[in-house]
Amino acid sequence: MAFDYEQYIRPSTFPHIWCPGCGNGIVVKALIRAIHKMGWSKDDVVVVSGIGCSSRTSGYLDFNTLHTTHGRAIAFATGIKIAKPRLHVIVVTGDGDALAIGGNHLIHAARRNMDLTVILFNNSIYAMTGGQYSPATPEGKMASTAPYGQVEPNFDIVRLTEGAGASFVARSTVYHAAQLEGYIAKALDREGFSLVEAVTQCPTVYGRRNRTPNPVTFLEHFKKDSVPREKAEKMTDEEREGKIITGIFVDHPRIGFIERYRKMSERASEVRKRRYIQGSGPKSEVGN
Amino acid sequence: MTPRAEGEKKGRDVRLMQGNEACAEGALAAGCRFFAGYPITPSSEIAEVLSLYLPRVGGNFIQMEDEIASIAAVIGASIAGVKSMTATSGPGFSLKQENIGFACMAEIPCVIIDVMRSGPSTGHPTGPSQADLMQTRWGTHGDHPMIVLVPSSVREVFSETIRAFNLAERFRTPVILLMDEILAHMREKVVIPDPAEYSVVDRLSPGGPKDKYLPYANDRDVSPLAAFGEGYRFHITGLYHDETGFPTGLPEQVRCQAERLIGKIERGAEEIRNVEQIVPEDQQGSLDTVVVAFGSTARAANHAVKEAWQRGKNVGFFRPVTIWPFPIRELGEFCRGVRRIIVPELSFGQLAGEVRKWIEPSSRLVPLNRVDALPISPEEILDRILEVD
Amino acid sequence: MSNRVEVRFSGSGGQGIILAGVILAEAAAIYDDKNAVQSQSYGPEARGGASKAEVIISEGEIDYPKATNIDILLALTQVSCDKYSSDLKPGGILIVDPQEVKKVPKGEFTVYSVPIFQVAGEKIGRRIVGNIVALGAVVGLTGVVSRKAIEEAVLSRVPRGTEELNLKALQAGLEEAERLKAK
Repeated sequence: MAFDYEQYIRPSTFPHIWCPGCGNGIVVKALIRAIHKMGWSKDDVVVVSGIGCSSRTSGYLDFNTLHTTHGRAIAFATGIKIAKPRLHVIVVTGDGDALAIGGNHLIHAARRNMDLTVILFNNSIYAMTGGQYSPATPEGKMASTAPYGQVEPNFDIVRLTEGAGASFVARSTVYHAAQLEGYIAKALDREGFSLVEAVTQCPTVYGRRNRTPNPVTFLEHFKKDSVPREKAEKMTDEEREGKIITGIFVDHPRIGFIERYRKMSERASEVRKRRYIQGSGPKSEVGN
Repeated sequence: MTPRAEGEKKGRDVRLMQGNEACAEGALAAGCRFFAGYPITPSSEIAEVLSLYLPRVGGNFIQMEDEIASIAAVIGASIAGVKSMTATSGPGFSLKQENIGFACMAEIPCVIIDVMRSGPSTGHPTGPSQADLMQTRWGTHGDHPMIVLVPSSVREVFSETIRAFNLAERFRTPVILLMDEILAHMREKVVIPDPAEYSVVDRLSPGGPKDKYLPYANDRDVSPLAAFGEGYRFHITGLYHDETGFPTGLPEQVRCQAERLIGKIERGAEEIRNVEQIVPEDQQGSLDTVVVAFGSTARAANHAVKEAWQRGKNVGFFRPVTIWPFPIRELGEFCRGVRRIIVPELSFGQLAGEVRKWIEPSSRLVPLNRVDALPISPEEILDRILEVD
Repeated sequence: MSNRVEVRFSGSGGQGIILAGVILAEAAAIYDDKNAVQSQSYGPEARGGASKAEVIISEGEIDYPKATNIDILLALTQVSCDKYSSDLKPGGILIVDPQEVKKVPKGEFTVYSVPIFQVAGEKIGRRIVGNIVALGAVVGLTGVVSRKAIEEAVLSRVPRGTEELNLKALQAGLEEAERLKAK
């Protein structure tokens, strides 16, 4: 029997704003199937997004949904999760939203091991604003603000979040929809900070500038040039050039922020009386 | 915890507290259980006190990576149903502005403390200033409502912080409590009131069928706000939205929501406004001079006005406790027929400019500005009052 | 406003000036049930150089919170004495540590020399309690707060286990005051 997506969407909000050939819908469907797999009540799921094409996802899904300001979804989500830890808080964001304007929140949520799952739609461009280059635009690619080609190197999202301390990091593409769904389900299941980079396509403002206006070309590229992590490890740097390396890169179960804070609160409650300002200890003088 | 005279005054909780401590205590009394902030002088003691107490009362404290994240987390926590607050100073307040606008638009209650220091830019971190007055009102972009409270004593910081939370919950809007460095750092006697002596307001919770819930109903100023996780599954956005909360571009819908957003505060102004007005006990006829001041400057002004009475001057004192919405009616009535209005403030005339808009053209406005990170003394104000003109 | 008393403690960072100010204010506000406002120099100044703490005590409401017309000035260093003595009012009281303040400013005020740090070092054996000795001297010479109040305020503020040491220091300051007044 075909999967019933409608139970998780808000039909009244359709049609969606995405262009024909956009890959975002594939990521959203993978996300819906993964949430379904978790067996959670829709009332307990929160989807928070920032600004950009992918961030419109929140409005289409029938959960508790919050469409925030540009780059700040993870920070809003942090407040929700801390205030009500029983909720499952998912952040939907794009490469511009999460890596440029929101980069600080991304690395610090990973460092804290904040109990959130981030689904990062990477289409290599600022699509909604008309195709300006993002921190994920590969060097040499054209963008509306890179008419001679992007001169900056791009972020490796996996290495960035791994280095910052995430518990779970994986990458897949919209061609590998089933694998993507599996990675998202694993991410949702993990304590602490988890992130799945979903490589997707923007034929309209990225493809047209880079001589790949046909969405099928993208999917063929994702199919042909994706290399599983295990295989990529045996390749030379030259061989890895232009490849999309997929797989689970980090899966280290670690205690998340919520549990660590709970334990600290227990200790704090045992402290019967302590003065805020005192003539002893590190605060040796009032006012310092 | 500062020492208290235990048992001595029949359980009266008397303390010597800093303004920043009183703010933290007031927040706890109001039911605040979430604080997110970023260190900045001269507001950091608020975060320090709350980092100590919140974990003990089932609340949460987090020091975020920056000012923007702090206000974002505060709004998020409020959406989850918890009363929330952040505290900052001018530079950090500037950074928070976009998300303060989000809270206005999405109608999420929260409290922002701004302890003013001089500026622009880094300015003088430990010097007092009152130059964020206009930023509190117009700092975020677009037309928006704003409630701003300006206490002038440590005791009032405690009570106005409670009122800030109450107004935020009552009107579903961010409320700013504006302090200056003097008030934030000075210690003053506070008799902590018994919880029975102050009221705590909570936001309305929706009733009725969950699928019919309208978070932004057109037919009332303030709709109930459901917390995430209670089965309402609604949408919150910073885009113009219809009464269901989903984005809309329909001109009629946008106009309706925009008018309600501004109108709810305009129509609630009588409930929000709070002023202190003092006239000489033996006042004869209309006042000759009125001194208008707020925050710590108001204390110097009050001192000067009393000195002037001793010299037989017919001087009144007007102090906004709620500065936005501006006390237009109260100021207009108090200043009717007044020859001269003196406005001392620690800025180049932000308050004076607003006062000028609402007084009679025949009244002469005398600004008294100080911007060197020093307070205005009572003598300076008294000199202006006594000036022959 | 006539019962408004303005007190300024000045010295260098690390001498415990600000804690002394807080204790005096608490003695007045909490234990003598008067009104009190305390403020201080902030930032780098409080961590060295010339620092000050001000306390205003009144039976009535205190409006202006800063000291401008000082009744009682304590100066524990020459630098702070030079910097903060200009607004000591005629008829006021200046208390200095003579080992630190060699050049006492001239004016229409009474000057008391109290060897505060010498007393703290020799009588108590801990120079660090100089600020409490100073509090004893100030209260003994001026009566700005009651002895009972200052005792209780000291006890509630000092670290646990140091109560006796600090009470001794306070007592030593009060005795110095008695000695000077008897002269």
